[in-house]
Amino acid sequence: MMASEFVALSLTPVLIAAFAGMACALPGNFLVLRKQALIGDAISHVMLPGIVVAYLISGRVTTWPMMFGAAGAAIVSVFLIEIIRRLGRIEFGAAMGVVFTAMFAAGVLLLEQSETSEVHLDVEHALFGNLEMLIWLQSDGWGSLLDLNALAQMPPQFFRMLTVFLLICLFTYIFWRPLVLISFDEAYARTIGTQAPLIGLLLVIFAAITAVAAFDAVGSIIVIAMILCPPASARLLTNNVRTQVFLSLGLALSATLAGYILASYAPLWLGFSDTVSAAGMISTLSGVFLAFSAVYGRHRKRIV
Amino acid sequence: MLWSALSLSLGYNATLVTLGSSLLGAAAGMAGTFLYLSNKALISDAISHATLPGLGLAFLMARGFGWDERQLAILLTGSAASAALGLYFVTLLTQKTRLTQDTAIGCVLSVFFAFGVVLLTIIQTVPGGRKAGLESFLLGSTAGMLYSDALLILILSLFTTLLLLVFLRPIKLITFDASYGETLGFSSRRVEILVLFVALAVTVLGMKIVGLILIVALLIIPAVSARFWSEKVDVIFLISAGFGMISGYIGSTISAISPSLPTGPIIVLCSFGVFLTSFIFAPQRGILAVALNHHRFQKTVHLTQGLLLVAQGQSIYEPKTHRLLRRLGYVRADGVATEVGNSMAAKTLLNERRWSHWNKLVRDSDQFDDQTVFSLMDIEKKLTQDQINMIDQGLVQKQQGQV
Repeated sequence: MMASEFVALSLTPVLIAAFAGMACALPGNFLVLRKQALIGDAISHVMLPGIVVAYLISGRVTTWPMMFGAAGAAIVSVFLIEIIRRLGRIEFGAAMGVVFTAMFAAGVLLLEQSETSEVHLDVEHALFGNLEMLIWLQSDGWGSLLDLNALAQMPPQFFRMLTVFLLICLFTYIFWRPLVLISFDEAYARTIGTQAPLIGLLLVIFAAITAVAAFDAVGSIIVIAMILCPPASARLLTNNVRTQVFLSLGLALSATLAGYILASYAPLWLGFSDTVSAAGMISTLSGVFLAFSAVYGRHRKRIV
Repeated sequence: MLWSALSLSLGYNATLVTLGSSLLGAAAGMAGTFLYLSNKALISDAISHATLPGLGLAFLMARGFGWDERQLAILLTGSAASAALGLYFVTLLTQKTRLTQDTAIGCVLSVFFAFGVVLLTIIQTVPGGRKAGLESFLLGSTAGMLYSDALLILILSLFTTLLLLVFLRPIKLITFDASYGETLGFSSRRVEILVLFVALAVTVLGMKIVGLILIVALLIIPAVSARFWSEKVDVIFLISAGFGMISGYIGSTISAISPSLPTGPIIVLCSFGVFLTSFIFAPQRGILAVALNHHRFQKTVHLTQGLLLVAQGQSIYEPKTHRLLRRLGYVRADGVATEVGNSMAAKTLLNERRWSHWNKLVRDSDQFDDQTVFSLMDIEKKLTQDQINMIDQGLVQKQQGQV
């Protein structure tokens, strides 16, 4: 395979998926520890009505209105869940189940009614993403990475995912101590003066930002898988939270690389003519990693 | 048009679909109640997403064996098998590792769904795969449903509902109190497996109508809504089944008269409407009732405090208390008590004295935990005449002792 071909067709999808995966895994570590694992699942579902409403208002399928719509819907859903949970005295998981299914249903209904299916906006797109389309045609081999003109022509998703990833890293770095505290012992965190509810909300907001930024590039399914699987696997491999975070980043990265190769090249080597969904394969591989950790992980057992 | 749809006279298929989704709704309502009350509501999300790879594999296998790959029975069997596997993994991860249940659910649902997506992209490349319409299982579609498919769904839904009804007593007992149920000889493990099996059956049967992404709503929303109306497990089961049934019935009739409205989302939004109604209007637990109770309680506290101040001849500075007493005609604008006000104040003071004496009497016997709340109530309605006479004697003795 030619280097120029690889850089043009595969480099950007791989990088985008890798940054998306790591950006998801980072907050995922704390969500898993805080028993809020399914919040990524809920956010990815409620983005749909937001996107449709944004389309109906702006009339175009462009990135920014969609992002704002999705983010708005995520915020609305977080509020609704809190209202139902507190006022109705309902357990968090069930309140979430009520909100995200209803909002997703509203989204599907709006979508079907507004006949937007002919412009490229459909449920499957939001779920599966279009990783394979994020090609960098203006590149010409590895040298293009140093060529500013060519770099400017890279798919915008690349810079967006990179920014979000760096943002999440910064957030985790700055709030490391409170994040760890509220993840393991929220009551203790409160007694020593940590703003536990605020940090918890910030964590959910950053997870939502990642989910919104990532769904357009890689699809929702990868978001849900990457928020949970790498951190869950890492949790079974170590007792040290710092090690766990770095391990989860490593697992997310390896799942992305191996998954992309398995999806885009392995079928061709085996003699098939078509590739399979890269987003699906990457998420599947992260699940395979989890299965291995669950069977062989050093710290897989619960200490009783 | 609406009437003919509601009265099930809109053609054979529509009738079968409506009956099927009503039954599914009822079964989902009951199974969902068990799951919700034992804090497992979201396990249904894992079940539903885990059906996708089985759907794809069943399609590919049927093709490989040369069967008709669009046979609903084959597709549903495949889905049920992979959903069962997903469920097994969730239990395994929760029990054998230190991961929590929500993490296990999320991992299984995302990974199974992702693998299903991979299979769907493979199916797209198989001749005829693009037209197989497997995507219709994601969001459900009753338009163009075959008569045999509708009949199959109806019969299996009937079977599922009957199965649930036969075992309803152990299910209810175990939901109410697992250890109590065990002492009566029912195995909570078996009950849980049975309920999960019903949830799985509902999911798989509902896939074609509601779609696998939204079917989870039927297992969660009716149960959560029913919880608002009662504190009794028996009643919650019944109400939840009713709510599920109504949602399924109304949802599928609406989409039968206007085929452009997709069935699944309409059914889900119907059940959400039921939820909203319960959330707002339910007696005791609904937010209106809670707000009203809160308001009443606040009023009683202000009134009691104000009247006690009047009885002790002190001035009322708290504006809310003052407003309340004025409105009831107990005090004048300048803060001086009226005749009615004075007699009410005396009554309140007596009530207060009686309660505090009673509380002193029972302090060691732990009869009342919540003394402040009780002292706001009329003692003559709470205690017997004998008890009050006893209290009054005590009060008189105390007064004589002081003199």
